Amino acid sequence: MKAYLTRRYMFSASHRLHSGAMPDEENAVIYGKCNNPYGHGHNYAIEVTVSGPVDESTGMVCNLADLDGFVRHAVLDRFDRQNLNMLAEFAAMVPTTEALSAVIYDILQRGFSHAHLEKVRIEETMMNSFEYAGGAEMRR
Amino acid sequence: MVYLTRKAEFAASHYYHNPEFTAEENRRVFGKCNNPNGHGHNYTLEVTVKGEVDPRSGFVVDLRQLKEVLNREVLDAMDHRFLNKEVPEFYTRIPTTENLAITIWQRLVSKLPKAKLHRVRVYETPDLFVDFYGEA
Repeated sequence: MKAYLTRRYMFSASHRLHSGAMPDEENAVIYGKCNNPYGHGHNYAIEVTVSGPVDESTGMVCNLADLDGFVRHAVLDRFDRQNLNMLAEFAAMVPTTEALSAVIYDILQRGFSHAHLEKVRIEETMMNSFEYAGGAEMRR
Repeated sequence: MVYLTRKAEFAASHYYHNPEFTAEENRRVFGKCNNPNGHGHNYTLEVTVKGEVDPRSGFVVDLRQLKEVLNREVLDAMDHRFLNKEVPEFYTRIPTTENLAITIWQRLVSKLPKAKLHRVRVYETPDLFVDFYGEA
């Protein structure tokens, strides 16, 4: 039987929203406070949803130790306490949380093989969240 | 179509063990959760039903009936219980969060008044939950 498992992780990072493709005044208008040149930070909460048949011998979609290990190594160790603008992924991309969701989705999609990746959801603050499921329709 | 979600909480203990695995295999696969004396969680259950709004009552489902079914089928059976030893499904099925969601779905699906069961979500902790939609 197919089930969907969601695991939530936290990391803290800073960023600045600024696009080299726009003049400074336009950046200031579009990004507002988020364009402050020194950057600012958030406590990000990531929810990773994976799916698959529940293995009868373990009762699991995938072993949580495998998912936790992968996310710790491939995401948290790389993003936690960092300035997102300095990371290779954001060399040519504004580190909005929209972009961050897609970046983290792609990392999992490429590297995590123990279950099917459904979606990545990120809360930037308690007031806003973003979801990315690649090209797939999102299960509600 | 309107979706209605009812929340409930229950506290229970469990442990993970497959009698077909060796002791070493059980420890490797299930880690700390293999402790035979069990450990516990405060589970949060979210049951989502769907249906058309009844033009006379304005309800998708009679919440009182839904609560009665939830109390009888889930809370009375599982709250403050050792799942492996006191809930018949888990005599043979490992009481993971995945299997809890499936078991609760199976207990509810034919007993709900009018509305159709859409999703069972079980939180084992605030940072881990499983959704089951009745898919094969």
